[in-house]
Amino acid sequence: MRPFTYERATSAAGAAKAAALTRGARFIAGGTNLLDLMKLDIERPTHLIDVSRLPMAAIAATAEGGLSLGAAATNSDVAANAEIRARYPVLSEAIVAGGSPQLRNKATVGGNLLQRTRCAYFYDTSKPCNKRAPGSGCSALEGLNRNAAIFGASPHCIATHPSDMSVALVALGARVELVSPSGDTRTLPVADLHRLPGETPQIETELIPGELITAVVLPPPPAGGQLYRKVRDRASYAGGLASVAVAGGQVALGMVAHKPWRAAAAEAALAAGASPAEAIAKELEGASSLGRNDFKVPLVARLTAAAISEVKGRG
Amino acid sequence: MTSVHDWAAPNPVSTNRSGLIGKPVDRYEGPLKVTGTAPYAYEVQPPSPPAYGVMIGAEIATGRLTGADIAEAEAAPGVLAVWTHFNVPAQPPRGAKAHPRSTAGSNPALENDKVAYFGQPVAFVVADTLENAVSASHLVKLTYAAETPDVDFRARLEDAGQPPGEQDVEIGDFASGFTAAEVQLDETWSTPIQNHCQMEPCATLAWWEGEKCIVHTSIQMVKPAQHGLAETLGIGRDDVHLLTRYIGGGFGGKGGTYDDLALAALAARALGRPVKVAFTRQQMMNATIHRPATVQRVRLGAKKDGTLDAFSMMTWTHCNRNGNFTEHASNFARALYAAPNRLTGHRLVRLDLPVAGPMRAPGEASGTMSLECAMDELAEKLGLDPVELRIKNEPPVDPENGRPFSMRQMVRCLKEGAQLFGWDRRLPTPGLVRDGRWLVGMGMAAAIRGNFLLPAKCGFSVEPDGTIVVRQGMTDIGTGTYTVLAQIAAETLGVPLGQVRVEIGDSEMPPAPGSGGQFGAATAGSAALMAGMNLRKAIAALAVGDPGSPLHGGSPDEVTFQDGVVAISNRSETLSDLIQRAAPAGIAVEGEIRPAADAREWSTQTYGAHYVEVGVDPITGEVRVRRMLGVFAAGRIINAKTARSQLTGGMIWGAASALTEANPVDVRYGSLLNQDLAQYLVPVQADIGEVEAIILDEVDDKANPMGIKGVGELGNSGAGAAVANAVYNACGVRVRDYPISPDKLLAGLIAQGM
Ligand SMILES: Cc1cc2nc3c(=O)[nH]c(=O)nc-3n(C[C@H](O)[C@H](O)[C@H](O)COP(=O)(O)OP(=O)(O)OC[C@H]3O[C@@H](n4cnc5c(N)ncnc54)[C@H](O)[C@@H]3O)c2cc1C
Ligand code: SF4
Repeated sequence: MRPFTYERATSAAGAAKAAALTRGARFIAGGTNLLDLMKLDIERPTHLIDVSRLPMAAIAATAEGGLSLGAAATNSDVAANAEIRARYPVLSEAIVAGGSPQLRNKATVGGNLLQRTRCAYFYDTSKPCNKRAPGSGCSALEGLNRNAAIFGASPHCIATHPSDMSVALVALGARVELVSPSGDTRTLPVADLHRLPGETPQIETELIPGELITAVVLPPPPAGGQLYRKVRDRASYAGGLASVAVAGGQVALGMVAHKPWRAAAAEAALAAGASPAEAIAKELEGASSLGRNDFKVPLVARLTAAAISEVKGRG
Repeated sequence: MTSVHDWAAPNPVSTNRSGLIGKPVDRYEGPLKVTGTAPYAYEVQPPSPPAYGVMIGAEIATGRLTGADIAEAEAAPGVLAVWTHFNVPAQPPRGAKAHPRSTAGSNPALENDKVAYFGQPVAFVVADTLENAVSASHLVKLTYAAETPDVDFRARLEDAGQPPGEQDVEIGDFASGFTAAEVQLDETWSTPIQNHCQMEPCATLAWWEGEKCIVHTSIQMVKPAQHGLAETLGIGRDDVHLLTRYIGGGFGGKGGTYDDLALAALAARALGRPVKVAFTRQQMMNATIHRPATVQRVRLGAKKDGTLDAFSMMTWTHCNRNGNFTEHASNFARALYAAPNRLTGHRLVRLDLPVAGPMRAPGEASGTMSLECAMDELAEKLGLDPVELRIKNEPPVDPENGRPFSMRQMVRCLKEGAQLFGWDRRLPTPGLVRDGRWLVGMGMAAAIRGNFLLPAKCGFSVEPDGTIVVRQGMTDIGTGTYTVLAQIAAETLGVPLGQVRVEIGDSEMPPAPGSGGQFGAATAGSAALMAGMNLRKAIAALAVGDPGSPLHGGSPDEVTFQDGVVAISNRSETLSDLIQRAAPAGIAVEGEIRPAADAREWSTQTYGAHYVEVGVDPITGEVRVRRMLGVFAAGRIINAKTARSQLTGGMIWGAASALTEANPVDVRYGSLLNQDLAQYLVPVQADIGEVEAIILDEVDDKANPMGIKGVGELGNSGAGAAVANAVYNACGVRVRDYPISPDKLLAGLIAQGM
């Protein structure tokens, strides 16, 4: 870790403004991802703006009949919320499939969305990594890349986004609310928040510098059942090899791309009357793998078909 | 010299008058550990504020360190020293011994410009705070002349040779026996590199008192660490006072020492203040030892009735180019099954990988993963129950050397395990049992692990208030040593447990070999029993010789010790009354154990049988252990709770070896991929389900005077194979390249059309 200064923000707009004032400033919420990366010298902020105590932890009903989750709400609080468990069970299931209780007690909605990849080479500062050190190369490309992306990867980066929560948010069609350093607010679908790696894998989101996530807004839940299923090497406290979130006819996939992956082709096929297996096969027409991660293609096919069928079967 | 027959005489442990031996006594140091007040090495309070050292690991796997620009780091806030091999204080060359009888030679840190493995410490920064040290460490600029590392084990199998000083062991004629056999099995398995992942990383705190170096460190074996450090510092061995009181796990990984030890001591000397050095979790993975990968070929030739005619197990493994370690994965197999024609051996290849070394149940842990699956496969070929196949090949005497077994209850373990587990409900055809989305299967395997007794000493004393004090240069790596020593002392001197104090982990105490090879309790405990007996004699002599004692004039042989009271029939007084009056300074004695001269006339092992039920998700290839049962025979048990905990811990480790634990090598860089506990997957609660270990009643009077044997490694042996066999029974897929991760199992499921 390198020396840094610290301030506690008193308002969301103030936090965004402060972030634009200091070069190398970063927000910190639960710190469960950022602090680890700082200790390993992967993240090197010069200034931390603590947004965890801002009054943006509420979970409240919206006028449209949906729910607004404050960006500083903890993962545990969101997962345990009665309204969420009743109307958005896929979100609860996704959150509790991630990390451990200790992590979820600290981790926040905003931080979870912006957590960085678990690519092992990103974590090892002795190795080339375009995401960590732009232009240095991608060690994973020809390396031990069992967990690499099968959608939307580029020769510059094949990492996946590891968040479980975001996959459910994408399936639910959630939006993020943002405030910029100049005080402007805007919203963005969670599905459009993250970018594909392209030639600049170090730029991971569509946020402008200093922009703060203030909330995530869930629309009313789609008709039909919901389910989150995650495949992992060990039963708990492990990043996924692949995951699927189903909310009615909406389907998102996790750990298969640089972002939570909305399975638009599968959704369209389903809407057109395709079987679950046919629908996911449509989606996987766009997949490509590298050898060590070949298994992800059949895995996603089987996992997704089973999950959609299970949801349908429940009526 | 003693004979094992001398050990058969009754002693306080074998008579167990107050019933303390075998009781599930709570851990002696448990309250300290659970309240966070047991000071581990890094947490010991030094006499003055310490400085903090951090090590920097090599970023190449092989080559030379050609330059170090340390100016910026030296100028950083709070920095007290920055060392590389260019400026580290001089140390005697590796292995040098100024004292010919040292148990370890010099182990110099930052020794020279050679980089022998990725992560090898090559630079060291000391500062007033940990934060300043870490921050300055990023400012050290190192330049290397890198060479291409030769690290691809699987590509180098052909080049592996006999480990030094070893030969294959052949009995009968394996080749003919195998060729002639009615049924043959010839398969190859592979196991990956594993890391110890102790909760407490290696760490040292050192300071100097005049010429004397005081070091608190986290290690399994006291004497070699003390001697090695003295040799490295070029000082007298008595000028190193080494303490290791609480250890957050060892598993073999702290059997030797690392550069934290020398660097802390050297820096404390150079700076004139205490210095602490700890490995980071990332450094633990590459810069300490690991269990090396293996490739194992097993060939079994049997008659149709299941009798083995020919048996061979060959292991290929690796160690560092400068190392000398062999993972003896074929060794255990020599004592497991009868067969007239036998061939076992090892092949070793030296690579530029990090340093291979022993890890819990070295040999057995990897080796059973092939042989015990091979037996499962053979049973299937023969149409026999795997339990029956094992019983059929149970050897009456050690099949290699013809020695009688000291005590072998393998068959009882197999049978009782089968009954308790409900093995009769297993369907031999795979893939037939379903529970919701899970396919359910059962598997079993045998367990075996050698038993050892090494020379050890122990000090016993009684204080004026009647407290019995055990002092021993022994370690407790979380296994329960403190507790079993307290039980042995209390039982031997006839005092309540609360009247015993145990002091261990100190180089100034009578030496014991430490913790490793599951010899700890038997070795340290036997020395304690001997010392306790000597103290009894001294106290008895004191009582009968003291005119003030009601026991005066009696025969010392008749003195009994119970409930803190010494007595000859109805004449008695409390131990504290006697000592306060007749020996107000207390009495201190030593005792000693040595292996018996005739011990090697018997084959002495520990045994067990594992039964496992797993669920396999046929859609995703995920495996979850539903229940594990182990039945073990390992001599007399001193503490039912700590023994059970050792065994279940070993079983869980075995399950993890089958399913998750692995550290793959990136052959381009020569480094291990997983560098933290989020990536290196040790099991969590949710992985394991029910675990039970049953321990059979047993006393092995050939093992040592207490009739106890080791349990620390036995649980590991065979557990992984039982899981793998259960996976097969669940879904019909055999994955012989461990771990059985979803990607590999899925490939098998798909190949089967599932
Ligand atoms: C061992 C381990 C295992 C894990 N396993 C899983 C898992 O299985 N599944 C899973 O989904 N996650 C997993 N996680 C990740 C965990 O969920 C994230 O660390 C956590 O959600 C991050 O939240 P935080 O509030 O602590 O973020 P922080 O660490 O505080 O911040 C993370 C990033 O978000 C930015 N940030 C935070 N809040 C805002 C905001 N309001 N607006 C803009 N930027 C913001 C920060 O600047 C930083 O870049 C794991 C983490 C660990 C350490
Ligand atoms: S995949 Fe991305 S994160 Fe991983 S090494 Fe390549 S560039 Fe870095």
